[in-house]
Amino acid sequence: MSDATLLWHQYRLERRMFWRNPSAAFFNFLLPLLFLALFGAIFSANQANLDVIVPGIAGMAVMATTFSALAFNMTFLREQGILKRIRGTPLPGTIYFGGIALSAVTNTVIQIAVITISGKLFFGIAWPQRWFELAVFVAAGVVCFASLGVALSHVIPNFESAPAYVNAIFLPVIFISGVFYDAASAPSFLLDIAQILPLKHLIDGLSGAMVTGVGLTDNLGSLAVIGVWAALGIVLAVRGFSWESHRS
Amino acid sequence: MIARVTSDAAIEVRGLRKRYGDVDAVSGIDFTVQRGEIFGLLGPNGAGKTTTVEVLEGYRERTAGEVAVLGHDPGRRERALRERVGIVLQSSGMYRHVSVREALVHWSGLYPHPRDVDEVIELAGLGEKADARTRQLSGGQLRRLDFALALVGDPELIFLDEPTTGFDPAARRTAWETIRSLKALGKTVLLTTHYLDEAQELADRVAIIKNGAIIAEGAPSELGVGGEVRYRVAYRSGSGETTAQETDDPTTVLYELTRAALDRGERLEELSVTRPSLEDVYLELTADE
Repeated sequence: MSDATLLWHQYRLERRMFWRNPSAAFFNFLLPLLFLALFGAIFSANQANLDVIVPGIAGMAVMATTFSALAFNMTFLREQGILKRIRGTPLPGTIYFGGIALSAVTNTVIQIAVITISGKLFFGIAWPQRWFELAVFVAAGVVCFASLGVALSHVIPNFESAPAYVNAIFLPVIFISGVFYDAASAPSFLLDIAQILPLKHLIDGLSGAMVTGVGLTDNLGSLAVIGVWAALGIVLAVRGFSWESHRS
Repeated sequence: MIARVTSDAAIEVRGLRKRYGDVDAVSGIDFTVQRGEIFGLLGPNGAGKTTTVEVLEGYRERTAGEVAVLGHDPGRRERALRERVGIVLQSSGMYRHVSVREALVHWSGLYPHPRDVDEVIELAGLGEKADARTRQLSGGQLRRLDFALALVGDPELIFLDEPTTGFDPAARRTAWETIRSLKALGKTVLLTTHYLDEAQELADRVAIIKNGAIIAEGAPSELGVGGEVRYRVAYRSGSGETTAQETDDPTTVLYELTRAALDRGERLEELSVTRPSLEDVYLELTADE
């Protein structure tokens, strides 16, 4: 079987398993949409707020489907010994992780699509003005947060503690990065922290693409910050990688 | 740079050493597994069995020594080697949200010449569970799935690391049948176990490993302490006491015993001549002085 076929088979298996796992489907899928519906309802009278919340939730969805999902998944696969079992087969590691990554990206793309369509249908936001910028920032966000999620899985000691590790990062970051409000209206020390982190810059880029029509050339700084975090994430994800949990 | 052993044997190990920190888990062992043979690696927990096997499987890098598995250096982790090897690890999890058949179909796609999936399901005794999700399987059924996943690629060489631990006696018998059927197909099996009856039942040859060193090697029936084969002659005397003596010449001992008994007009009740079981040899060898 060719490597492309193997990748396709791995991808299909990952998709099948994803939909059969109710908690993964909920956290990766319904939660961001639930947030969108709730905050959309709360802010329904205020278009300025809706203009913030839609790209904000889109940014959060990128982080949830890559960073959180992969940190959970990798911890589980490693602790269960599934990674070790896979390693004993002829399946090349690049193809195996490629299948997992493609599955995560599929979730991201579906989420962005649903959020974009909801923005148009329910929240008074026009179709994205800049599709190219949208694609660039989603792609950059996926690479950045996916690699950071894998890197985080290296320090999570066991699967029981994975939610604590993931949410200790995920929840504060989404709050200070302006998912639910305009980050510019936050206290300056929080804004300073958010400026260092990648999510606010991803949301800025998505906001430019989806709402304000700000182009890539005016958001290069944001793309650069995401790029630096992506580089850091890739180095940590690869260097710290282990096929087995350390207790064994 | 460590040279590669070239040989016709399925597994060739020369001077294998594996060091963790400043402790030798395996301290320079040699053994050869011929093609088509079931080779048992026996030893107490922590003796170095799993470390040895995991070096051969390509999971661990060796500190020193020469190792060849089907003519390949397992440390290089070549795909061509992994296509010819099946591994049953001591413990490893499985995807929870796939059925037995889905898992085996997926696995069979990873190998160039897989076996028929339904045939493997039957061989592993999972016929009734073929469409059950793996998370609904019992511990014993999951172990059979481990077997099935290791066999579906039709490997030439199969590593079985304590394959029947936790099985009830009937399930063990069934697993032994499966392992014997592999030998009948001409497969080579490297079996690690701490069940002596399992080694005695299945293995053509065993090596007993203790503290990272091989202390005895040979066919289970020929293994003796200090190289000599000993017999145990036992009987119950007239006073009801059981008397036993060990000898390497049972013919003479029996002759002396029975002649003396006949002279006294006695019967030797429960007279028996036994060779030491693998268990006796093993316990004697692995006993801590």
